[in-house]
Amino acid sequence: MPISDWFKAREAKRYVTPNGPVDTSDLPDGVWIKCEECRRTVYQGDMESNLQVCPGCGAHGDLTAADRIAYLVDEGSFVETDGSLGSVDPLSFTSGKPYAGALEAARENTGMREAVLTGRATILERPVVVGAMDFRFIGASMGSAVGERITRAFELALTERTPLVLAVASGGARMQEGMLSLMQMAKTASAAARLSEAHVPYIALLTNPTMGGVTASFATLADVIYAEPHARIGFAGPRLVEQTIRTGLPKGFQSAESLLAHGMVDAVVDRRELTERVALTLDYLGSGGE
Amino acid sequence: MARTFVMEFERPVAELEHKLESLKRLDLTAQPDLAAEIVALELEIEKLRETLYSSLSAWEKVQVSRHPERPKTQDYIEALFTDVVELHGDRLFGDDGAMFAGLATIGRRRVAVLGHSKGRNTKENIARNFGSPHPEGFRKARRVMRLADRFGLPIVSLLDTAGAYPGIEDEQRGQALAIAECLATLAGVRAPVVVVGIGEGGSGGALAIGFGDRLIMLENAYYSVISPEMCATILHKDAGRASEAAACLQATADDLVRLGIADEIVREPAGGAHRDPEVVFEGVRDAVTRALDELADVPADELVSRRYERLRKTGVYTEGD
Ligand SMILES: [Zn+2]
Repeated sequence: MPISDWFKAREAKRYVTPNGPVDTSDLPDGVWIKCEECRRTVYQGDMESNLQVCPGCGAHGDLTAADRIAYLVDEGSFVETDGSLGSVDPLSFTSGKPYAGALEAARENTGMREAVLTGRATILERPVVVGAMDFRFIGASMGSAVGERITRAFELALTERTPLVLAVASGGARMQEGMLSLMQMAKTASAAARLSEAHVPYIALLTNPTMGGVTASFATLADVIYAEPHARIGFAGPRLVEQTIRTGLPKGFQSAESLLAHGMVDAVVDRRELTERVALTLDYLGSGGE
Repeated sequence: MARTFVMEFERPVAELEHKLESLKRLDLTAQPDLAAEIVALELEIEKLRETLYSSLSAWEKVQVSRHPERPKTQDYIEALFTDVVELHGDRLFGDDGAMFAGLATIGRRRVAVLGHSKGRNTKENIARNFGSPHPEGFRKARRVMRLADRFGLPIVSLLDTAGAYPGIEDEQRGQALAIAECLATLAGVRAPVVVVGIGEGGSGGALAIGFGDRLIMLENAYYSVISPEMCATILHKDAGRASEAAACLQATADDLVRLGIADEIVREPAGGAHRDPEVVFEGVRDAVTRALDELADVPADELVSRRYERLRKTGVYTEGD
């Protein structure tokens, strides 16, 4: 389907959001929610049909991985791969909140087995391998299982020569798996390098927040990097930077817009225009100029 | 040797050494028993040090790895390599003193050398940003990785950094991307890559030049996803609980061998590498040349795919119901 037709088709498309990310507990029946940016009260149905973007100020609300994929790909096209792959507690990490318990709680709260969903789908009828990370699951940090799922997504894209689209969010490497987590950076980056070498397109969407070991590995090795408006994207956490340099941080530090200004991302893309932007980009990268 | 820096856990040794110093200042001829007493005390000190160092905790090892007198990358380059040609600059923005890059000869092999470069004194440390690279350091390393790849030179990489520098301009100039590009480049280098953890292995900044075909760790070096202090701060809002965090992170040389991440440990003398650097240089020289010999005849394609398989096996997870 040409992009222009899709604009019309989208009008009729209905999005389903089983897990609204915004706390509506202090409002009757969860029908009205308050935008955290502009404080405007918005009808929840309007937020849902607007992909959780505030109709008043354009603020992009948090999304679950499932919603992220639902918004990005053709309805009903997503088929998960490696869905049974999950984390264990290899170091028996007990400092602070024991890791085994944190994993259990994250599974219970999200209904997910790990912090990333990966699989096959189509985007405006273009076949893709797709993945999305879910910040609710231990900050979408990357341990062995997340690293393995991501690596397999790269490998699937490589063996099937199908473009890869990853929606990234992460607090960084998962410290509760120690060096096994750090090595996932090398593993995923190596997988990304192989895909790049094979000239199979890889598009990354950096969402709020994308930090630490994930930014410093597969997330920024994409052929084209898009970022969501106002997403925080960086390596070091802002508090660490502040402590190190002992002055205040500049306005908009580590924002998607600041990264764009410094040449680190290709564009900041409104969530509501992302699907057609990704499809168009894929058409160019896969066209060989024809 | 005058010691300027005493770690907390070494205080009992330092106190005995202090006592020894004062005994040695006494008049030997006036007290005939003194010579024997000095010898006994020297033995006692050595024994105490050996006892202490035979069972260092993870946190104590982290402290040894950071000891200001510990041999630095520059010391290893001077001791192990000949005909050293340092290569400067990232060809983009600047030259980062926190990252050494160059060409050198070890034994009969010509190699490229990378290494986080801490200073040996305050002046050097300021010039080298205490061994914490800016993006330019990683981009210089990457440039030399590509050089090694193009000309088939093995890479010897020395790790000693608290981590990539977390500054405002570092973020703006793409610290994360600079590291990611090192990882992607290192993955494809068509020549052997031998990594040695000589001191601190701080997270992504270490990893950027810190994986390959062999990982050799000094006995008291550490290599961790996060510093124990920062881990403790996140978990307990209390950097003072770093000792507990260090144990949990399992980032000592022994831990890394057990986890299948490191291949070999180079032993250090009791008291740490700085107490007898020559012994440690010899151990590193032996381990590195052995690794280079073992890898020398592996075809380039094979090296690259083995390097990938090695990473593919790193990680512990479950699959299925
Ligand atoms: Zn708003």
